[in-house]
Amino acid sequence: MNLTLHVWRQNSASDKGRMVRYEARDVNPDMSFLEMLDVVNEELILKGDNPIAFDHDCREGVCGSCGFMINGVAHGPSHGTAVCQLHMRHYKDGDVLFLEPWRARAFPVVKDLYVDRKALDRIIAAGGYISVSTGSAPDGNAILVPKDKSDRAMDAAACIGCGACVAACPNASAALFTGAKISHLGLLPQGQPERRQRALSMVAQAAAEGFGHCTNIGECEAVCPKEIKLEVIARMNRDFLKASWTSRQKPLAGSDG
Amino acid sequence: MSIQMSATVVGGHPNRASRFYAAPIGKKAVMAVTGVVLFGFVLGHLAGNLQVFEGQHQLDSYAAFLKATPVLLWGTRLVLLVSVILHIVASIQLTQMKRAARPVAYAKKNNSHSSFASRTMMWSGPFIAFFIAFHLMHFTLGTGQPNFNGAAVFGNIVQAFQSPLVAFFYIFAMLLLGTHLHHGLYSMFQTLGANHPSFMPVIKRVAALGAILITAGFIAIPVAVLAGVIHT
Ligand code: FES
Repeated sequence: MNLTLHVWRQNSASDKGRMVRYEARDVNPDMSFLEMLDVVNEELILKGDNPIAFDHDCREGVCGSCGFMINGVAHGPSHGTAVCQLHMRHYKDGDVLFLEPWRARAFPVVKDLYVDRKALDRIIAAGGYISVSTGSAPDGNAILVPKDKSDRAMDAAACIGCGACVAACPNASAALFTGAKISHLGLLPQGQPERRQRALSMVAQAAAEGFGHCTNIGECEAVCPKEIKLEVIARMNRDFLKASWTSRQKPLAGSDG
Repeated sequence: MSIQMSATVVGGHPNRASRFYAAPIGKKAVMAVTGVVLFGFVLGHLAGNLQVFEGQHQLDSYAAFLKATPVLLWGTRLVLLVSVILHIVASIQLTQMKRAARPVAYAKKNNSHSSFASRTMMWSGPFIAFFIAFHLMHFTLGTGQPNFNGAAVFGNIVQAFQSPLVAFFYIFAMLLLGTHLHHGLYSMFQTLGANHPSFMPVIKRVAALGAILITAGFIAIPVAVLAGVIHT
């Protein structure tokens, strides 16, 4: 099949960027979307052009490196999959596809479809951890975890930090990501000591990074490759509201260098 | 990878309340709580208005009762004024935050998973604010109404809605209020952290149904006047 691609090309964060039209010829329906771009890139290289830059690593939907907008949908049309797991059989001959990077102030474009998502790492660093004592290995199952809580913590922990939630959100909010991390740790007994501090710090860091607020509309949930639910955002709000009025500590985020 | 923490977050917020409000969730919580207050008023206002169907005597004596209890009247007005101001200020600040959060717009963006109501809050909201100002001038101050009489509420309503233009403007405003409430009623629960898989679907249904019933209740009045069901 033959496709028409309109791809965002931008040389660097300071470059203005523009959409450029490419023809992808004889696309094999068994290819993944990224493999299709690999083929387009080979042609570009042969012609002496700059290949289209996009982030990727595992290509198995587990690392969270890949991701861009296809016709305005983060990770493209197939539900619960990262773009590396999207296959060309979902498209038909003559389709026109617009590829754009995640757009958010907190995600500066590095090049083309490749954005810098270190803002998410800084949200994690602000409070997405638990404290453990080092030393000899503890007994297995010494801390009991109720089954439903462990299931929900695992569901939240499935977040791969790809940034699709931010990209899909009309407010460029990182609420689904932050909520997933806060829920993942806050549901488990090991996450309790820092629970309040975590909510205050991670929420403060997300705002400091320039992410928007959540308007509870659910565009993020719809595109999340790991199908994280809006419920994690309510849980974050709950932890934040409680911590704001009861915690005796201030948020740690950004308090020093 | 080295992770640089960005500029100071806590600096400049001496106390809990200002730190709370500085966070987007704090602003959203203010919008949710003031939203509950305003929603309560809308319900009360509707209950009062529907007495128009009981006839002139019932409605006018209800109005006289409100005016005879200034503590109730002015207490409510004060609470409403504070709520409206907080609701609007927080929404403006959040909208500025949203604009700043995505400086470069998408060439193509599909928003088909969110409701129409949820994406138009920033249009329905300002329109409702404009409508409230108009409505206060229209029915409380009597601006532009030749035969306005503060004590004859029933007569004022009938006279005003006999003009199709005025009636349709009110109907349109109530439709927008309905969409605003549709998202707002659900959203306040989510913002305040009340989301559970077993009751969230119920909340969503009740929010939709509540918005429809409230809109229908308000619209019934101009429609009844236009249709001649209510007349002096
Ligand atoms: S490349 Fe790892 S998730 Fe897509």
